[in-house]
Amino acid sequence: MAAPAKKEEGFHDCRDAWASTLEELAAGDSRIVAVVNDSVGSSKLGGFQKAFPERLVNVGIAEQNMVGVGAGLANGGKIPFVSAASCFLTARALEQIKADIAYARFNVKLVGQSSGVAYGELGPTHHSIEDFAWLRPLDAITVVVPSDAWETAEAVRWAAAYDGPVYLRLSRMPVPDLDVRNRIFRPGKAELVRDGSDVTLIGCGTTVHLARQAAEKLRYEGVSARVLNMATLNPLDEEALAAAANETGAIVTVEEANIRGGLGGAVAEYTAGHRPVPVERVGFPGFVVTGSVDFLFEHYGITPDGIAAAARRAIVRKR
Amino acid sequence: MLKNDTVQTIREKALWMRRRAFKMVHDAQLGHPGGDFSAIDIIATLYFGVMRFDPTRPDLESRDRFIMSKGHATGALYTALCAAGYYPENWLDTYMAPNSKLNGHPNRNYLPGVETNTGPLGHGMPVGLGIAIAAQISGQAHRTFVLTGDGELQEGSNWEAAMTAGHRKLENLTLIVDRNRLQQGMGTEETNGLDPLDQKFKAFGWEALMVDGHDVDALLDVLAAPRLGKGRPLCVIANTVKGKGVSFMENKASWHHGVPNALQYETALEELV
Repeated sequence: MAAPAKKEEGFHDCRDAWASTLEELAAGDSRIVAVVNDSVGSSKLGGFQKAFPERLVNVGIAEQNMVGVGAGLANGGKIPFVSAASCFLTARALEQIKADIAYARFNVKLVGQSSGVAYGELGPTHHSIEDFAWLRPLDAITVVVPSDAWETAEAVRWAAAYDGPVYLRLSRMPVPDLDVRNRIFRPGKAELVRDGSDVTLIGCGTTVHLARQAAEKLRYEGVSARVLNMATLNPLDEEALAAAANETGAIVTVEEANIRGGLGGAVAEYTAGHRPVPVERVGFPGFVVTGSVDFLFEHYGITPDGIAAAARRAIVRKR
Repeated sequence: MLKNDTVQTIREKALWMRRRAFKMVHDAQLGHPGGDFSAIDIIATLYFGVMRFDPTRPDLESRDRFIMSKGHATGALYTALCAAGYYPENWLDTYMAPNSKLNGHPNRNYLPGVETNTGPLGHGMPVGLGIAIAAQISGQAHRTFVLTGDGELQEGSNWEAAMTAGHRKLENLTLIVDRNRLQQGMGTEETNGLDPLDQKFKAFGWEALMVDGHDVDALLDVLAAPRLGKGRPLCVIANTVKGKGVSFMENKASWHHGVPNALQYETALEELV
């Protein structure tokens, strides 16, 4: 089954939730500013710019400057949301993120837009699938990857209130609202989307709903799959991972990212060190071939069928 | 205070900073004394003649900020903050020792008075720019001073920030270039030439001035002059001498991160009076 088509009914672009939440927060807190690299449109900050023109700092196409300016604004008492395509934000300005934001521990919110392979056919120069591996070891930065519009809004609200550096990794690909009862956004905690005992499927961002569909497929085969939404990659919810390893004995990670150093890498690090269990990593192995977003998800098996197949492999490896 | 008294105070502080920084480098057998000595008169002028700050309230929003972009010159920065009252002198004895707050490059989470973490070159300007923009947005009057090395200006991030500062007409931002004409390996002009530096900044929308970076009187004139209404950021190109004040160190690239032996240390102290 192909990944969901772009304009499917009931699917939302999380950027709308991001933009409206930021505007709402900015109306109540004059310290909130946005910093962009000519990315007002792609960050959906047109409304913010109209409402708070003096609080929209556009440094032009200059990412190193953009991130340094974010640190300076925080020094000056502002709460900056530095928003840009995550490929340029995290790659071009990585040293600024490391030294000026993480090591200096400034209260800056880095917002990576159109992450993963959102730019599809534009290719690996415009993809951001290495960002997890780059930012996850910067221990001061909380890395949050919302799974749907609701979680995006909650994460933006939390980031504004939290005093410390945050990387919010937002997607461009529309995703359905995750149907979980009584949801509360808890940074650093995995969310139990569905319980199960044979294998645990761990997704983040755009892949959580796919993992859930995979669990439903597996149910028909008599396989009970737990599904976790690992919305925070740093710090990792080690408690949830320990429970997954102990109670289900096999793990599948699913991410719109490079599996080396990403969610899959993080989970493998933890399990290897604490509770070795089979881990199958679904995601991109490296630079991807040419194709649309839907094609790339299908081609690399980031689909309910692909995830279910990985789950069967993981379960076989338990024996 | 009369200007002559201020100049005298700055000179005394600068002399103490040179002697104390050289002791730190000698004791640790680590550091960047050549760059410390080229920058010390500039930094002493800022802290003891220009900037408004309260060392007991390092987070005061209205404070003037100093960003040490050439973060390796910690001998100069750490002695300045100590002399300014941010911490006691015995902290300097721990320079680069295990678990010391006085790392080889400054960390704002370790030391009061450090505005941002620097070390990799080309980071101070964008951060200083951000502080100046914050003040511009809020209508605050404080000033931000950034000190860069000259070789450091080969980093492109400086020019990204310079372009934005000119575009936003940030009169509250002042850049001082420690123009000692030497980088780690050899001269700046032999490596990747910077001249004509003043014209480069003028083309980016800045006011640019040249000054003798060891003439405290002249530094005070250009740095203490009010910027309100100037409508442009200010770049002060301070012509300096690497290793200034110690005859055998002056203009020697080898003293970028050279450290003194016992005899060199004694000789230097005899000259630094």
